[in-house]
Amino acid sequence: MSAITRDEVAHLARLSRLALTDDELDHYATQLDAIIESVAKVAEVAAEDVPPSSHALPLTNVFRPDEVRQSLTPEQALSGAPAVEDDRFRVPRILGEEA
Amino acid sequence: MTMVYDEALERFEPVLGLETHVELGTNSKMFCGCRTAFGAPANTQVCPTCLALPGALPVANAAAIESTIRIGLALNCSIAEWCRMARKNYFYPDMPKNYQISQYDEPLCFDGYIDVEVYGETVRIEIERVHLEEDTGKSTHVGGATGRIHGADYSIVDYNRAGIPLVEIVTKPIPGTDRLAPEVARAYVTELREIMRSLGVSDVRMEEGSLRCDVNVSLMERGASEWGTRTETKNVNSLRSVERAVRSEIERQAGVLAGGGRIVQETRHFHEDTGTTTPGRSKEEAQDYRYFPEPDLVPIAPDPAWVAELKAALPELPSVRRKRLQAEWGLSDLDMQAMHNADAIELVEATVKAGAPAADARKWWMGELARRANETATPLADLPITPEQIARVTELVASGALNDKLAREVLEGVLAGEGTPDDVVEKRGLKIVNDEGELSAIIDEVLAANADAADKVRSGKIAAVGALVGGVMKASRGKADAARARELILEKLGVSA
Repeated sequence: MSAITRDEVAHLARLSRLALTDDELDHYATQLDAIIESVAKVAEVAAEDVPPSSHALPLTNVFRPDEVRQSLTPEQALSGAPAVEDDRFRVPRILGEEA
Repeated sequence: MTMVYDEALERFEPVLGLETHVELGTNSKMFCGCRTAFGAPANTQVCPTCLALPGALPVANAAAIESTIRIGLALNCSIAEWCRMARKNYFYPDMPKNYQISQYDEPLCFDGYIDVEVYGETVRIEIERVHLEEDTGKSTHVGGATGRIHGADYSIVDYNRAGIPLVEIVTKPIPGTDRLAPEVARAYVTELREIMRSLGVSDVRMEEGSLRCDVNVSLMERGASEWGTRTETKNVNSLRSVERAVRSEIERQAGVLAGGGRIVQETRHFHEDTGTTTPGRSKEEAQDYRYFPEPDLVPIAPDPAWVAELKAALPELPSVRRKRLQAEWGLSDLDMQAMHNADAIELVEATVKAGAPAADARKWWMGELARRANETATPLADLPITPEQIARVTELVASGALNDKLAREVLEGVLAGEGTPDDVVEKRGLKIVNDEGELSAIIDEVLAANADAADKVRSGKIAAVGALVGGVMKASRGKADAARARELILEKLGVSA
């Protein structure tokens, strides 16, 4: 029995703008299922008196002072960009599928 | 079809909600040390952290945390004793990380309120939450006819703004404003802006985007108990637009509902030129953002003693200050409200501080200068004239060197960039003629040219002196002291006043 449906995987793929084939949707549904199942096992042993944790470090309030540090140059910043125009990152059309 | 506002209000009741974003005026970004200057050349204020390069980790800016708590306190909020940042996942190139660090169900500040005044009535606006997040980069859409995202061929992105600390202030739904909904929305944003200014946490310039407002509106049939579906209008970039956007959305929704249609929950885009809204992207559901606690940042747990200290050190808040100034200046509620609406209070206060009597300061800012600001669609504070210069003009009037008419000319000169009030007086030769000899000579000419009127005055018809004084003012091109001219004329004609 599968907890994750194919439609849910398709929805996640759309949110991440990934084009997945039908085979891939099935494949990932099975994999995600296995992950969810494993996490569910942890929930089985979770006790009432153990709060859910999100961080491994027993720390709070790690801040930096509001001080300016050296930034990159535009050349450095843009050096890894697939496309550049006018010192800006050039990206494909954003709302193509919704317009 | 839209419905006329009055008609819409007869049938429907609006419920408002306002989400305001305030860019904090910190020196450096929220999670890295990049500068936050507005208008810097593209991609000059970016680093591995705000560009999301592999291996870079965020560290929270202490000043941004402090500013957010101070904002929360000024808005009468409770401050969380422990909270986390959250990761908001979405696919959009304005954030290079593919997510925005924000807060979700654990905002730093929550459950507050502020009171705003509209036409002398106090309206309490409840604040649901104040949370801290990072601003996004700025996209420019290339191609297509309008420069808008729809129809664009591609976009180019500048990440200077990405990572600047951004505080989001969300109201609870505001029912019961009835036909004053647009005014209440505007008054609320105005008040927020002043609170931010008094705290010194942001320069809150709507035109530069350091204060941005999203306006939520829904309508319900009068007598209905359930609220309607809301829309969220973005791109509302001035106080006036806040008011117009609410109004226009009420008219539009009323038209749709009255025609048997239904409102879709969506983001709409406000257009400054037409004052109307058009649909934007349909909103993703909160679950689509797949929020989860930000693993790269440890929780924030403000020490209650520190929060108490911050609270004790809050400055006098604008509403309190307004009441104090109103009493000091002896103004009516209505006059004060008018000054508040015109954004003139700070200017008048500064002018008074520079030595002008309050009544005079108010007269110039709310009269001549407000008119000029209105004509040129410039915010009053952006007129090229300073409170100190206005104070100098009132001083010149008080000393008798200028009359009101000349003072207006001086202001005009200053606004036209001719220099200080004294420069303008000098260059335009605007000093009142208080040289008795010169004035006497002018009067003699006027009396000679208006023998009839002079005779009338001699024979006791004092009222006729007005025409002669008028003649003197005209001959001196407004520079004579009218009261002194009247005295001299009567003296010359042998009549005692």
